[in-house]
Amino acid sequence: MKRIAILAGLLFAGPILAQEEQSSAPYAYRQIDDPAKEAEAQSLMESLRCLQCQGQSIADSDAPIAGSMRSLVRERIAAGEEPEAIRAWLIERYGDYVSYAPQLTALTWPLFAAPAVLLLIAFLLLRRRFGSGSGEAR
Amino acid sequence: MSEDRGKAPRWAIWLPLALFAGFLALVMAGLFRPADRNVSSALVGKAMPRFDLPAALPGRPGLDSRALATGKPHLVNIFASWCVPCRVEAPQLGELARAGVPIQGISVRDTTENLQAFLAEHGDPFQRIGADDDGKVQLALGSSGVPETYVVDGKGTIVYQHIGEIRPEHVGFLLEKLKDAEQ
Amino acid sequence: MIAELGLAALWMAAALAALQLLFGSLGLTARGQVLGQAVRPVAIVQGLLALLAFLCLVYVFAVTDLSVRLVALNSHSMKPLVFKIAGSWGNHEGSMLLWVTVMGMAGGFVALVERRLPERTMLATLAGQAFVSLGFYAFLLLASNPFERLSPAPVEGNGLNPLLQDLGLAFHPPTLYLGYVGLSIAFSFAIGALVTREVGPPFARAMRPWVLAAWIFLTVGIAAGSYWAYYELGWGGWWFWDPVENASLMPWLAATALLHSCSVLAARNALRAWTVMLGVVAFSMSMIGTFLVRSGILTSVHAFAVDPERGTFILALLAIYIGGALTLFGLRASTVSEGERFAPISRESALVFNNVMLSAILGIVLFGTLYPLVAESMGAKVSVGPPYFNPMSAIFAVPMLVVLAVGPLLRWRRDTFARVGKGLVIPAMLVVTGAIALVVIGGVSLLPFLGLALALGLAWASVLPLKGRNLRRTPLPIWGMVVAHFGIAVSLFGMSSESAFSVEKLVAVRIGDIVEVGPWGVKLDTVEPVAGPNWTALEARLLVRYGTNGKVTRMLPQSRSFWAPPQQTSESALLTRWNGQLYAVLGGEAPRANGTDADGRWQLRLWWKPFAPLIWLGGLLVALGGLLALVGHVASDLRRIVARGKIAYRRERQGR
Repeated sequence: MKRIAILAGLLFAGPILAQEEQSSAPYAYRQIDDPAKEAEAQSLMESLRCLQCQGQSIADSDAPIAGSMRSLVRERIAAGEEPEAIRAWLIERYGDYVSYAPQLTALTWPLFAAPAVLLLIAFLLLRRRFGSGSGEAR
Repeated sequence: MSEDRGKAPRWAIWLPLALFAGFLALVMAGLFRPADRNVSSALVGKAMPRFDLPAALPGRPGLDSRALATGKPHLVNIFASWCVPCRVEAPQLGELARAGVPIQGISVRDTTENLQAFLAEHGDPFQRIGADDDGKVQLALGSSGVPETYVVDGKGTIVYQHIGEIRPEHVGFLLEKLKDAEQ
Repeated sequence: MIAELGLAALWMAAALAALQLLFGSLGLTARGQVLGQAVRPVAIVQGLLALLAFLCLVYVFAVTDLSVRLVALNSHSMKPLVFKIAGSWGNHEGSMLLWVTVMGMAGGFVALVERRLPERTMLATLAGQAFVSLGFYAFLLLASNPFERLSPAPVEGNGLNPLLQDLGLAFHPPTLYLGYVGLSIAFSFAIGALVTREVGPPFARAMRPWVLAAWIFLTVGIAAGSYWAYYELGWGGWWFWDPVENASLMPWLAATALLHSCSVLAARNALRAWTVMLGVVAFSMSMIGTFLVRSGILTSVHAFAVDPERGTFILALLAIYIGGALTLFGLRASTVSEGERFAPISRESALVFNNVMLSAILGIVLFGTLYPLVAESMGAKVSVGPPYFNPMSAIFAVPMLVVLAVGPLLRWRRDTFARVGKGLVIPAMLVVTGAIALVVIGGVSLLPFLGLALALGLAWASVLPLKGRNLRRTPLPIWGMVVAHFGIAVSLFGMSSESAFSVEKLVAVRIGDIVEVGPWGVKLDTVEPVAGPNWTALEARLLVRYGTNGKVTRMLPQSRSFWAPPQQTSESALLTRWNGQLYAVLGGEAPRANGTDADGRWQLRLWWKPFAPLIWLGGLLVALGGLLALVGHVASDLRRIVARGKIAYRRERQGR
């Protein structure tokens, strides 16, 4: 279903002619020579949203802008920049939407509180049953 | 069976319904909110990032971001010859140029020949056109598609971003934004 | 004509659903008992009429009757027959018709065969089923009529999205729908039980086969969908935590929890209210998922047209059904006691733990999927993706998997670790050995590390319940449990290994060049054009060899261009070995490098994914386990009925 997003993206940008089908940015379809850095870049790319197709990460997208973003990520990682600094650079430009990894902010804290809340509810429900050694689950 | 053995507390029994009510309220609000699929740049209100693009056409100047801080507001139009909405907005850009608005172009992932053909067919409202072949400057500006148009004030601050093609009804609004940017 | 027949059948089915609801409700009263007898036949006929309507739709698609609007919009005369047929459910209206068909057929089937519950509960159940069906019939007939005519008929149709023109995907939606909608039976059973306050082991035993059947289809559907995304999208990913995927995962999590709590209720008459609630929640998740996908409310990627009117309609249905069922639950659950007690260390406790963890994962997935909406209502946009879902669900999945190793060995009611501890020494040693080996190999991140180590122990522990048993006399449900749990271990191993050890190569190569990917040597032999029925393609012939002296095998990835609608897809080529899969994708001709002209180099994307096929093999094992359990339960039910006769059966029902 992801490709349908590409289709939707194409509609937004208009039909794509031949030269636009692939990004010509140098590292769009080329890996960094150092495998450790490539792995770093890969895991960052998997957590950045393609802004054209919107439903895919840039690591899974053929959209040209995803190619440009991959190239940007790889070039900067190859130049020694930290992945999180690159993420921050993109968030500065596109907002939190560009990153699949929600940052802990005033807006997103409930996401990180959710597991604790779920555990608390489970505890409250189960407390009585095991408190006495027997009883009921819920 | 005794009273408090075997029965879930009252709040727990109604918890699923409460959560579902919350879900309903959330999606109802979402359903009636106009869908906004555009990703706007977070740079609106901030300074235009530094960039220096080579000329897209021989004999024409490229685009250096310093050329924008001239004391007068500009439009920066991100476009490409392969993009159909760009053809749709060409007459409106022409109109703005005739109204005396300085328009700078950034052509994304394009070739000289295609660009020349495009400008010959649809008119050339641009003072300068920078070639953003690998899309880096597009990313630096927080632009997520083509076409997009930025209103930049005389100090080089982005005051407004227009996403998608400029339709005839948008021209007046853009002129207003440009006028506001003069102050 | 056929389209009109289909529409008429649909209207009649809807009318019968109304009748079924009416008779079912009246049948519960003292004066309406006679009407109650009509409910089962009505339910059966209703199901058959829905099926007839669906077959009519399949027919108009098969013959490409372009005067039907839906066909014109979604089909094309130049398309292989199988994809014409699959096209009938590859769109919003058709899939909703499939939805009500499955729902009607399931209700009819229950009416036909289910005789274990008190008739009053059955009446309430069938009335509930009809009530839910009615809403979806109304939705179809009023807001998304699949049989609408188009005049004049166009000369040619728009075609089906090429990505959906794939055998695997053609049968993925029906499978998933059988699962989604099959859960409506559990929902109706839960309503029936709440209305008549008959919650007990017979209720659980009656509901269990239906839940199992739906769950098997869901499992297969999710595995198939994931495999489709894996080979069709051409980037080697198999799970993206996309809202659409989450929409299918959530009912599965709820149904899995329901299955386990059902077995507690059936065997021990405990977790009564909880099981009923899960019955409601499971199908609610199906409906919520459908709503999220169809309304286009989330930035998600899906084939269905975004339509606020439809979204509002489904939302209204959700409010009525889920809201109604949960209100009924709130009113009645306080009168349903939880039943028998058990000790903290017991089979029941392990299953409670499983339920809590599954529900927590469900909560995380639901909350994470919806959170972008919460943010939007506060005027901001956020994305929640794998970096959130993976660790957050692991928080609950890891303890659950540990308990999964121990739980099946525990006795009901009360047990001690001392009794089962000895059997677990080997699995524990496997986990430790695996962990040490991974530390030595190095470079494995935390989640795959935990997954691999746990998978080893779990695989061993999952077969322990067979120890000391006469294998030929072990009941099928036990086999089912063992196979399903083993499948979890297999799948977990595949996922972790894929994530930890995959090797990726993106290259631009000339004809004749050789690339190394992990243990493989890949040579680009030729790139030639080929043509299919409704596409043309460039096909690369790759000659690949495992190790230095392995056999040379061919792989043929394609880059396809469809013309109706115009779209490019990459058809990846997969080569499966026992220890993994080689995955090859042909990109396009490589762009000129540094201003030189195109120089005859081709983009290849290659992956070596060790043990990746185990992901889906494990999924199928899980489904097979479900099937074994289903066959076992049904067979023993039949045996019981035949052996004891009706009277003994009735006595047993009252006895418990």
